[in-house]
Amino acid sequence: MSTVSVHSLWTTLAADTPPGGGLKFQAPTIEYAQLSPILIIVGAAVLAVLVEAFVPRKGRYYAQLFLSVVAIAAAFAAIVGLAASGFGTTKAHIAAMGAIAVDGPALFLQGTILLASLVAVFTFAERKLDPEAHGNRVDSFAADAAAVPGSDAEKAAVKAGFTTTEVFPLALFAIAGLLAFPAANDLLTLFIALEVFSLPLYLLCAVARRKRLMSQEAAVKYFLLGAFSSAFLLFGIALIYGYAGSVSYAKIADVVDGTTQQISPALAGTMGNDALLLIGMALILMGLLFKVGAVPFHMWTPDVYQGAPTPVTGFMAAATKVAAFGALLRLLYVVLPGLTWDWRPVMWGVAIVTMLGGAIVAITQTDIKRLLAYSSIAHGGFILAGVIAATPDGISSVLFYLLAYSFVTIGAFAVVTLVRDAGGEATHLSKWAGLGRRSPLVAAVFAVFLLAFAGIPLTSGFAGKFAVFKAAAEGGAGVLVVVGVLSSAVAAFFYIRVIVLMFFSEPKADGPTVAVPSVLTTTAIGVGVAVTLVLGVAPQYFLDLANQAGIFVR
Amino acid sequence: MNPVNYLYLASLLFTIGAAGVLIRRNAIVVFMCVELMLNACNLALVTFSRMHGNLDGQIIAFFTMVVAAAEVVVGLAIIVSLFRSRHSASVDDASLMKL
Repeated sequence: MSTVSVHSLWTTLAADTPPGGGLKFQAPTIEYAQLSPILIIVGAAVLAVLVEAFVPRKGRYYAQLFLSVVAIAAAFAAIVGLAASGFGTTKAHIAAMGAIAVDGPALFLQGTILLASLVAVFTFAERKLDPEAHGNRVDSFAADAAAVPGSDAEKAAVKAGFTTTEVFPLALFAIAGLLAFPAANDLLTLFIALEVFSLPLYLLCAVARRKRLMSQEAAVKYFLLGAFSSAFLLFGIALIYGYAGSVSYAKIADVVDGTTQQISPALAGTMGNDALLLIGMALILMGLLFKVGAVPFHMWTPDVYQGAPTPVTGFMAAATKVAAFGALLRLLYVVLPGLTWDWRPVMWGVAIVTMLGGAIVAITQTDIKRLLAYSSIAHGGFILAGVIAATPDGISSVLFYLLAYSFVTIGAFAVVTLVRDAGGEATHLSKWAGLGRRSPLVAAVFAVFLLAFAGIPLTSGFAGKFAVFKAAAEGGAGVLVVVGVLSSAVAAFFYIRVIVLMFFSEPKADGPTVAVPSVLTTTAIGVGVAVTLVLGVAPQYFLDLANQAGIFVR
Repeated sequence: MNPVNYLYLASLLFTIGAAGVLIRRNAIVVFMCVELMLNACNLALVTFSRMHGNLDGQIIAFFTMVVAAAEVVVGLAIIVSLFRSRHSASVDDASLMKL
């Protein structure tokens, strides 16, 4: 028997056209150029893992910092290139076989996330704030995160001058997920992107150099609650898939609107089942509102913001909020316009309790990081008011608000890293008394950020709040605007209180010192102040940009 | 057998998992309950996939398994580091930052 005939006993020649037709495998088309921002960051993250494995310990910090900064800058350049060639407006479309949308809101938010991440990476890399340990300059991250706090292993790691340079690849993976999150155009991509940015953030929370027990506690809380909420999100996805027979946003929207063309018998059975749709959507919104930190899903926010290393807190507070609101906007505006009458009352309630809850509970806080955490909850409520508008202005005002808010947040947390005493950062508010007398510049900068949070005119906070409330009022949510202004007034009270504390009380003898940062943190704070003032004084260009970017592709 | 029964089972498993997360105090058990919730989601996805006659749901189930595996890696790392520094994995003991 020849070889061929032996083979023919258990094989058959592949036919060019399979019998039955239509089963032929079609290779997916991937638009690499349009996905390049995400791909650059993922590639850099993988490279950074290799750097961690192969570059000698001494050179790792510089290699990682260089790689991260170059990757983020390159990804931002790619975003600008895509926007300049019209993908934000006329050429907006859906790439990667329906998985990723390349449109105005996606590009705008991705650009915001990348700029915020760049500034955050600068604060990650700061090594001049802590006193040198055994002649080695140290950053905010543990020498050896695996060593038990206070153990001999930890002391040996500190003595040897180890640093956790793994924070850079972790941050890059998180950024990749954050970029994909607001662009996700089907529920599977939404879920995967959520996990890709959440898992590195859980780890980043756990690796603080000082107050390690608190840091680990924050990570456990964030992880357990985050996993809990993503399980709800996934069950919601399962129910929506059951309802619509697809996870693609456009197809779900067609089924919700009742304009779908091909109705299979199974679909005819499930698409009449509103329980699947409503419960599924409620569960998905729950998962997204958790990431946004909206009341009543905010319980993790203060603890995690307080316990996490402060540079990570700034990154998380800014970038996660941007990405999560982007995903929320896309879901509500692309998938659920047919359901507006159902989700609006619910979101009204959430927005009202978020604005009031965040502002009122913040008054009682005595720790500056917790105070900023509750302030971020209140801001989540203000942004929700813009989301609820359900008009094109609603989209663009939310985009603008997120841009303004993210830089103020990172800047404010960067200032928090500067005020230090023997135990690390002095976060208790009583220690900030008289800071304005001792170091007027730092206190003045922090005051600018607080005024922006409060929404005082000539800061970006005012322009953002004005845009959001205007959109909400025009969208028929006047009551929300009233509640929003009232809770802004409440919030202004505790922001101003901190300013008064800094400038009009006597500094204590054993008060904290203000560390002199390197050029990295100075840049971060400087960019924060510059963006805050520019967006406050001349917001028109950026409002126009957000307006142009405010159309979702479907 | 009517596939809807599997949906009831999935909902039941999900509810048991969610109740476990809220009731149990050991971080590892809480985490296992989350895994139970994810597997309940998988069952629901596969059932819907069968009902609709397309493969989307089964593919999502694969992704979910990968995510669950990644979550185990990260979660156990965090929980073990907490356990080693406190000699307790109880979520009630982790209360340094209570209001």
